[in-house]
Amino acid sequence: MTQHNKKHPGSAENALPQTRSLLFRTDTGLWLGAGLIALFVGMPIIALMVMAAQGDLTALTLLSKSVLPKASFTTFWLLAGLALFAGSIGAISAWLVSFFDFPGRKIFSWALMLPLAVPTYISAYTFTEFFTFTGPVQTLVRTLGGFSSSRDYWFPDIRSLPGAIFVLSLVLYPYVYLSVRALFFVQGRRAIEAGLLLGANQQRILTHILLPLARPALALGIILAMMEAINDIGAMEYLGVQTLTFSIFSIWVNQGDMAGSAQLALILLALVLVLIGGERWARRGQKFNETTNSSHMPFERMKLKGTKALIAMFLCLVPIILGFGVPLITLGAYARRYIFDGFDSRLIEAIGTSITLAGIAAIITLFLALLLSYAVRTKGTKPLNFLVRFSSVGYAMPGTIIALGIFLPIATFDNFVDGYMRDWFDISTGLLITGSGATLIYAYVVRFMAIAEGTIDAGFKKISPNLDSAARCFGHSRWQVLNQILLPLMRPALATAALLVFVESIKELSATLMLRPFGIETMSIYIHDLASRGRIEQAGIASLILILVSTIPVIILVRTSLRDR
Amino acid sequence: MNSVLKGVLMGACLIIPATGLAGEVNIYSYRQPELIAPLLDAFTQETGIETRVLNLKDGMVERLQAEGRNSPADVILTVDIGRLIGVKDGGVTQSVNSTSIAADIPEQFRDSEGHWFGLTMRARVVYASRERVAQDSISYADLADPEWAGRICTRSGQHSYNIALVASIIANEGEAVAEEWLTGLKANLARTPTGNDRAQAQAIYSGECDLALGNTYYVGLMRTNEKNPEQKDWEASMKVLFPDADGRGTHVNLSGMAMAAHAPHPENALALMEFLASAKAQEIYGELVYEYPLLKSAQPSDLVASFGTLNADTLPLEEIAALRGAASLLVDKVGFND
Repeated sequence: MTQHNKKHPGSAENALPQTRSLLFRTDTGLWLGAGLIALFVGMPIIALMVMAAQGDLTALTLLSKSVLPKASFTTFWLLAGLALFAGSIGAISAWLVSFFDFPGRKIFSWALMLPLAVPTYISAYTFTEFFTFTGPVQTLVRTLGGFSSSRDYWFPDIRSLPGAIFVLSLVLYPYVYLSVRALFFVQGRRAIEAGLLLGANQQRILTHILLPLARPALALGIILAMMEAINDIGAMEYLGVQTLTFSIFSIWVNQGDMAGSAQLALILLALVLVLIGGERWARRGQKFNETTNSSHMPFERMKLKGTKALIAMFLCLVPIILGFGVPLITLGAYARRYIFDGFDSRLIEAIGTSITLAGIAAIITLFLALLLSYAVRTKGTKPLNFLVRFSSVGYAMPGTIIALGIFLPIATFDNFVDGYMRDWFDISTGLLITGSGATLIYAYVVRFMAIAEGTIDAGFKKISPNLDSAARCFGHSRWQVLNQILLPLMRPALATAALLVFVESIKELSATLMLRPFGIETMSIYIHDLASRGRIEQAGIASLILILVSTIPVIILVRTSLRDR
Repeated sequence: MNSVLKGVLMGACLIIPATGLAGEVNIYSYRQPELIAPLLDAFTQETGIETRVLNLKDGMVERLQAEGRNSPADVILTVDIGRLIGVKDGGVTQSVNSTSIAADIPEQFRDSEGHWFGLTMRARVVYASRERVAQDSISYADLADPEWAGRICTRSGQHSYNIALVASIIANEGEAVAEEWLTGLKANLARTPTGNDRAQAQAIYSGECDLALGNTYYVGLMRTNEKNPEQKDWEASMKVLFPDADGRGTHVNLSGMAMAAHAPHPENALALMEFLASAKAQEIYGELVYEYPLLKSAQPSDLVASFGTLNADTLPLEEIAALRGAASLLVDKVGFND
């Protein structure tokens, strides 16, 4: 059952006296390891700080008088709109498939994650095409209404702030859906049963039990979606929405002021930290843990009939059709035109490269995030908490900017080693790390640490620390506790984290574009190369394959770790 | 298990750094590899030198700087004068002394110190609705005239194509006039600046606007788009007007190239540069990308010639590039993209 704990009972004072000195050593190791990982992941941000400090404030001062106020508003409304829409879609659909039974529920429960496979840049493009003057929707409107010119009728423009909120919400809501559903999956049933037992009606259960229960998961999903929106430049540029990220690029690319650009990027990052901190502060002292593993308990979903079942189906179907169906249909139509051009061997190679790089990145990220989260769980001191938080906000930075923060220090290191080797041994080692695919993996780890860390942290929070304490009392070491007790319970969270990092790495474009060496081409690069002259339609087949490759792990995940019992 | 092993092996292969081979030239390119492939193939056939292309975008200069003397890049292939100047100012290029390039490329389109030279040019023209716009000539200044209120479309004011255009207006007429012009143009816009140049042609077709700013080569790209024939309709619904054709000339921008400061294969790089600057290659290149060759002796393709006669603004492009920062600030100042 859920319980509120103000104090963390799993600290070393519960350990048996004779093992204390040994434990202390392993704790220090854990702490140190976590600190090193945090530094490793946070290094690009530190590099950007160095960069920012090298410039003056000219660009920011000038911009604060022109576009910054407006861009701040735009960014604020974009995030607020996203929180509301992506939050509602994700939470409502998770609530429906978790607690009710209606036709198609099983299919919806995994299909609702599919939009995750669609990169925002592709979604922005396909939505514009779908709802544009020559697209199927407006053509239908014209045929039905007998119009000929766009001046004859009104149609909402997808290339606008509301349009951007719409497009982003439809591909980012799965973050909310995933985390809320995972929480309901583990805890919600028992909470509902308890509520029913105490005589609460459905509405009271929703507002007084489920919503407060879901809040941390809702917040996690929304924050991840917001960070993704903040780092986006491709989709926003295409939709003509001037966020602060847009200004980061115009300072850098058009005004040649890298330092000014880094300054603005860091300010944005600070805002994200405040956002996350604020959310945590708002639910300080609350802890919801599960004392027993109740997911094995039988649970009877409430059967919906008639109109109610139809409404539930409709609410689940619409986000899938829009978020996944529209891109699929639009790209499919383009792919059909190019399918007879034969299959490019470059594309097949790119698929292999993408899967390899994303797979390695997912494993490394998962491992590091697990260590970080576990360190926080066992030794949750404030500095460590902050360090972990700080290290994972790289996700809110535009990929190109974080790529700079990665490339500069590593290339400096490469050249340092090379210089040393030349001086002493007369051998040139060249660009040891930046000349290889390792930089890409590093970039994915840095960018997507937030997703893995957030998901794993949420997984840990669901397990009562009493369990750790009990095991520690029997003389198990921290590693044994992690390995034998926590990890088996954490399987769904770990699988989800690995999947998210894998899919995001496959979709990643901007950092890949900036960092890859000669001879490495990923699927996203292949699509970019075809599409960079404004011809995404040529990349239809490749985009479809990218979406497909990202979809398969989603389905595997749902069929194994998150399967309904 | 087998596939896992394969994945690991593949990963290991990826992590081994790529080393340079003789008989090759490495290209860092802002241009789509597919677009220049036929030219590079011709080069390999003629010289036996293999080419490798890395398509990069923002951050190329920073990357070259960080790579330093170990950079694998031999040549930099780019569009937009701002980027050509950018690579030179970033200190990642070297001066090339080639009599054949100097003889082939007009001085206006070369760096005075030999750091870069142009290959082809494109003009920033006005797309006009055939149906709703009667006139056959226009000036950039006209676009700010209230006559066109609510009838003009363009992509983002911060896009490098528009930044260069604004910079050329600052260079020609001063910052005050440019600001007034931008404010007037902003007031005439039918919608907030969005999409790419092609999307503006689509907006003319759909009736959303009557005039749009666009680059010349998009006209060729749309007209020949067999795979997406709807784009042929967009193109057919508009005509190309060359602004200021009778006056100072239409604003043009370049595609060009430079030799990387630490080129590991400088001889091969020079061979590629001289090849691309030759009349034959320029004509092929121009035809491939629907742009104008810079050589006086080379002719634009029939398709490009059909857009009309280009009378290019003779202002040195270095001057325009130097004003890009000012242009970008001006675009923000008048809230052009809002």
